[in-house]
Amino acid sequence: MLLPLLAVIVAVIGWPLINTVGLSFTDAGLVGTGGNLVGLANYARALRSAAFSGAFVNTALFAFVSVAAEMVLGVLAALLLDQEFRGRTMLRALMILPWALPTIVNATLWRLIYNPEYGALNALLTQAGLIPTYRSWLGEPGAAMVSIIVADVWKNFPLVALIGLAALQTVPADIKAASIVDGAGAFSRFRFVLLPYMAGPLMVALVLRTIEAFKVFDIIWVMTRGGPADTTRTLSILIYQEAFSFGRAGSGASMALIVTLIVTLLAAVYIAAIRRNTLRA
Amino acid sequence: MERRPPVQTILVYAAAAVLALAILAPFAWLVVMSISSASDLSSLPLHWLPQTLDFSRYVKLLTVAQHSAGEAFLSSLRNSLEVSGMAVLGALVVGIPAAWAVSRHRQVGWSIYLAIGSYMLPAVALSVPLYKGLHALGLLNNVFGLAGVYLSILAPFTAWLLKSGFDGVPREIESAAMIDGARLDQILRRLTLPLAAPAVTTAALFALMVGWDEFFYALLFTSDERAKTLTVAVADLAGGRITDYGLIATAGVLAALPPVIIGMVLQRALVAGLTQGGVKG
Repeated sequence: MLLPLLAVIVAVIGWPLINTVGLSFTDAGLVGTGGNLVGLANYARALRSAAFSGAFVNTALFAFVSVAAEMVLGVLAALLLDQEFRGRTMLRALMILPWALPTIVNATLWRLIYNPEYGALNALLTQAGLIPTYRSWLGEPGAAMVSIIVADVWKNFPLVALIGLAALQTVPADIKAASIVDGAGAFSRFRFVLLPYMAGPLMVALVLRTIEAFKVFDIIWVMTRGGPADTTRTLSILIYQEAFSFGRAGSGASMALIVTLIVTLLAAVYIAAIRRNTLRA
Repeated sequence: MERRPPVQTILVYAAAAVLALAILAPFAWLVVMSISSASDLSSLPLHWLPQTLDFSRYVKLLTVAQHSAGEAFLSSLRNSLEVSGMAVLGALVVGIPAAWAVSRHRQVGWSIYLAIGSYMLPAVALSVPLYKGLHALGLLNNVFGLAGVYLSILAPFTAWLLKSGFDGVPREIESAAMIDGARLDQILRRLTLPLAAPAVTTAALFALMVGWDEFFYALLFTSDERAKTLTVAVADLAGGRITDYGLIATAGVLAALPPVIIGMVLQRALVAGLTQGGVKG
């Protein structure tokens, strides 16, 4: 009964992956014949090239900053949503919205917000007197990466919040109450009472988000296409350009496999984290 | 419930208000842009609320006229429905038996980890051979070709979600029916599947969201209205030379509606699914 699934995995995942490995040792183009064997030349060139290391740094920066911000904001929002207040159910339901929004629509929305001539962010900040003139948020190196990270964090921190909240609700009420009676301070209450319950699920969220962030393509493609001056060009964008814009399939394949290796290591951590969670549950 | 000092209550409400505003404001702005006139959107200082309500872009995008924005938009909507629909059906056909097998026979548990692992592979690692394969089969820019590629994402994903659904159906019911002389296929069709129906529906809806969201393969493998999906159409609008930002916003609102509705419906299942093994990023 596993056969159909395994057949699909072999046909649309296994076969292409093996093919990519083969391609990575050749100088093949996107169309036409197989190209010539060049051994490890593609890998050597990729690892030495400034474009690849630049894209690696951009990707690591994007992944690290956006995931860190998503975890911190997500945990804070989860702690808030675990409190009693009017409208709590409504606010929890709202948290689904950014997650459900298609990534492309999210990117489009923020691109409009950051618009240099008529964007809402420029209007807001100038009307509040915070900046003197309109800026090109996605057109300035530095600002572009920060702007993309803000858009990504907005879409993804609610997911971390919902996971954290679900974990908080497994903390028995008497344990929560007892820690208050004992006079534990807010931080030590979080650290020693609540965090142990949240650690497992948050670990799953952390690894999952890191993997997704490492593969980032869609949001950057729509917002900047890797610009300005390649400051937001991540590995997936670079590989897309290498293989499909410049038609250097072999070279693109070698870069893609280096990324795959990194993602596989992250995925191994992820699977280990899930196994630990399901064993405990 | 614990009693809070008034200062803390004020802080909780203030934080909840900030969170609600942070979640809602970008959404609200997307909707406002879609119904503001072009002159309101390009006024300086910006009009935050439209002077007159303008629903003309909704009419424009949802009516067919030769070579109009509506024609392109509606064809991409149809392609998205077809591609995601076919891919979800295919994913269920291969995912249901596999998930059942893994749920009942621990010794094939490795295959679910294979599925998770393959779901995590970066698309760039498969894209070149898939491109060449589709090219060779004449299936580039074709909804069937794209749906087949989407199986690479949706089949492992669906199997993985379904497995926990089948875990919830007691084996004893199946063995009782077996003793009564029912054949395996009868048991699965008449007993197990109806009992697991909620889990199957949830998995199908999640898979539909993932398919609806997909951008990278659609960008690579489609080129015109015959197969271009909604995400590519929205990205085209966002990156094109259109100066009517309201039209871009309208396309975004329409593209976001189905997944946002599904997201609201699936709230509970989402959180449960997330902690056991992730959904999408």
